[in-house]
Amino acid sequence: MGEELLTIDHLHTAFKHGTEYYDAVDDVSLKIHKDEILAIVGESGCGKTTLAKSIIGLHDLKRTKISGHIGFENEELVGASPAKFDKLRGSEMGMIFQDPLAALNPLMRVEDQVREVLDYHTNYSAEKKHKIVLELLDQVGLENPERVARQFPHELSGGMRQRIIIAIAIACKPELIIADEPTTALDVTIQAQILDLLRTIQTQNHAGIILITHDLGVVADTADEVVVMYAGQVVERGSVSQIFNHPLHPYTRSLLKSIPQADHPGDRLYAIEGSVPPLTKMPHDGCRFAPRIPWVPESAHEKKPTMHEPEEGHYVLCTCYQSFKFENGEAV
Amino acid sequence: MSLVEIKDLKVHYPIRSGFFNRIHDYVYAVDGVNFEIEPGQTYGLIGETGSGKTTIGRSIIGLEKITSGQILFNGKDVSTKRERKAVHYNRDVQMIFQDSLSSLNPKKRIYDIIAEPLRNFEKLSDTEEKHRVRELLDTVGLGDDDLFKYPFEFSGGQRQRIGVARAISTNPKLVIADEPVSALDLSVQAQVLNYMQEIQKQFNISYLFISHDLGVVRHMCDSMAIMHRGRFVELGTRDDIYNHPQHIYTKRLLAAIPDINVDQREVHRKHRKEVEKVFDTEQSRYYDKNGRVLPLQQISETHSVALPEDQVKGE
Amino acid sequence: MWKTILRRVVIMIPQIVILSLLVFILAKFMPGDPFTGSITPQTDASQLHALKVQAGLYDPWYTQYVHWVVNMFHGDFGTSYQFKEPVMAVIGGRAVNTLWLSLFTVILTYLIAIPLGLLAGRYEDTNLDRGIMFFNYVTYAIPLFVFLVLGLWLFGYVLGWFPSGGSISLSANGFFGNALSRLYHMILPGVLTALLSTTSTVQYLRSEIVDQKHQDMVATARAKGVPERKVFSRHILRNSLLPIAAFMGYSITGLLGGSVFVEQIFVYPGMGQLFLNSISNRDFSVITALVMIYGILALFGTLLSDIIMSIVDPRIRIK
Repeated sequence: MGEELLTIDHLHTAFKHGTEYYDAVDDVSLKIHKDEILAIVGESGCGKTTLAKSIIGLHDLKRTKISGHIGFENEELVGASPAKFDKLRGSEMGMIFQDPLAALNPLMRVEDQVREVLDYHTNYSAEKKHKIVLELLDQVGLENPERVARQFPHELSGGMRQRIIIAIAIACKPELIIADEPTTALDVTIQAQILDLLRTIQTQNHAGIILITHDLGVVADTADEVVVMYAGQVVERGSVSQIFNHPLHPYTRSLLKSIPQADHPGDRLYAIEGSVPPLTKMPHDGCRFAPRIPWVPESAHEKKPTMHEPEEGHYVLCTCYQSFKFENGEAV
Repeated sequence: MSLVEIKDLKVHYPIRSGFFNRIHDYVYAVDGVNFEIEPGQTYGLIGETGSGKTTIGRSIIGLEKITSGQILFNGKDVSTKRERKAVHYNRDVQMIFQDSLSSLNPKKRIYDIIAEPLRNFEKLSDTEEKHRVRELLDTVGLGDDDLFKYPFEFSGGQRQRIGVARAISTNPKLVIADEPVSALDLSVQAQVLNYMQEIQKQFNISYLFISHDLGVVRHMCDSMAIMHRGRFVELGTRDDIYNHPQHIYTKRLLAAIPDINVDQREVHRKHRKEVEKVFDTEQSRYYDKNGRVLPLQQISETHSVALPEDQVKGE
Repeated sequence: MWKTILRRVVIMIPQIVILSLLVFILAKFMPGDPFTGSITPQTDASQLHALKVQAGLYDPWYTQYVHWVVNMFHGDFGTSYQFKEPVMAVIGGRAVNTLWLSLFTVILTYLIAIPLGLLAGRYEDTNLDRGIMFFNYVTYAIPLFVFLVLGLWLFGYVLGWFPSGGSISLSANGFFGNALSRLYHMILPGVLTALLSTTSTVQYLRSEIVDQKHQDMVATARAKGVPERKVFSRHILRNSLLPIAAFMGYSITGLLGGSVFVEQIFVYPGMGQLFLNSISNRDFSVITALVMIYGILALFGTLLSDIIMSIVDPRIRIK
């Protein structure tokens, strides 16, 4: 494991609804190291994208309140000035988005969009920038970089566009890359290629990658460390084998159980009861997952859930994991 | 007799260009496919973006004009509008869409959304209609208090269940489900799939299940076809496809699914790279010189693959 | 690209033919004929009849139609009953006046509307935005003719800063003198009309910008470390101007038709005023010609918009 790259402590990100602020990210703490792929996994509305945008400073501060601590290379990012973020983004931090078509400017040629990163972070000459752009396009596996550089986004396939987004993200060899659902909009064969590419870049550049996804298969295939989020909170974190081989939190166990199994096709799938409460109706006290496992007695939960570390490096929120069993009595 | 029989279905779109806008080529969206769906069966159509799987679904329900071929329903040809009308086809075949929000009219209440097909096809009294709508909502796990809400008041999973309720309201014999759970979270996906299966058992409905998700198709379908470039590369039972894939494209698709087993991931990755390499070097043998998928060869009673002829004999 | 434009022009031919048929039928339903204007109590009925025969007025309708179309191609729209002059001569001078006034108004409209829309969109939900939106509602609510009359009264009569009518001063001479006098006459009607024509452009541009701001593409630009100011000018601005550009073709040709209100109130001798005048004086040959010209202008407006779109948006392919 490399040195520490990013430390998040007790982060709260709250959005304004009417006159009140509501925590979409509620007391999240985590760390990411160099040479590491950290996956943040959870279902829609669990706060994973909000967390990523807090790190890279993409929230509209008129409607968002961020408190807590985000340490990145000895700098505090909570409350950092827009100018500081402009300097960090693109050069020290890169971001990859879910929808590669929407993420590219339809009116600009590929070369201009990739070169823009270099424009703001380097003093290279025009020829050198041109050369670097072509190298980047080659590095992300695009054939015939010269031609692609002259094309517009709509002339390319989904996989090619995502490669260009990645080229933009890695143009200045950032230490930290945040990939928000980078393969959700792509076909499986393209997904596999893009995940391979991310891994290659991580080993070549010794970057730390935060991979945000709802796809447990992608996590199992790619991540080193895993953070499971539910309703704005981290409910479990640990190494990928800890999470997949010995999941503790009832939410993690329920999610894994609801995947269609290869050896039991057609059987009734496990479905989690109820649904995630909306942000404005989120309970403040108690275990947020409790209403979805109603057969577990109230005494099994903590009144104010805290993080526990039952094995080294494996954290879980609330005590309910200790006695949790599925309704049919199964443990896993 | 099978419920639906598709015979040599072709859907070609003209590409026009030049001064007189003349047709100078075609997009072969669907280019000669044959398959059958049995009553009460779930038939899977698997393919990547642009493979033509959605076009097949849309042609069967009549949203797409077919270029040639036949669609037989209970043995009767339903390729044209008039023929469809004669056999109450529009009542017997319904559809579930991927995007549950845009496929439900935002200005209508759930009660009216579900009642609409009933009003079109069945003459029910007001009390009968109310009773039927309640019954349908109950089948998909929604209660009476949801009757007069609007679509935006529901979560994605609930909306998709409403879509299912609407689709089964006329007691159809076939429901075409085009990526019904692709936009849903894992736990919600499980709910919707469970309801679809229960309904199938209860009403003996056939599904045409269109998806790019091989895991979900394996769970739902007994028989399936893999599509590529508008044609079938392989079709067979679940066991044929997942345990004995023969076509290089099927193998590649299967190898690309990320493995949930963390301990095996290096092995899995290596296997995937090997398959990918084989695909790169050998794919020309599996397609003709225009890139068209070869004709299907039957290799067992249930299993057909678009293999080069020498390979069939060689086995 | 030239091929497509040419094809579009060719497609316009049948559209123009249908238009001309409609206009011709309309004209035939109208009372009077080309000689009505020249009838005096002394006119001999048999002589008139001979003239009508000679002019082909008793020919079958299709011969007359072909005749009419052929004449139109030669710029002959007949004679105005009102002015006793060829229609083309009547329209000609006024078309030039209208052209100048509308160009001036269009340019002014965009000069006012685009910055206002940009500011409102960029500083969404601030007092500046609210101020601009208020201005917009006000200009939307005031009827144009009330505003024009008020403006004319205040600046034309009370303050006497601008002339209250006409398109050029009789005493103007020399190229610059003429041009200055023209401009001087256009300022008041142009500015007043432009002020009230900004509404839709401001509103549209503002919502385009607000919309673009939340696009992933803008997030990508920010994630590249592009400073906010540059994000705005390089990414948001150009994309937001697309629909405005698309609409420009229509609005240019639309205004060429001349504003009936402004020309009437300012006694500005342009096509709009002529149109109104011809209607009240039942000068049907002029009306027919004007309807035909407006129709063709509208068709060219669509073409112009399509061409502008294909230039500014690479996604619209014109091969």
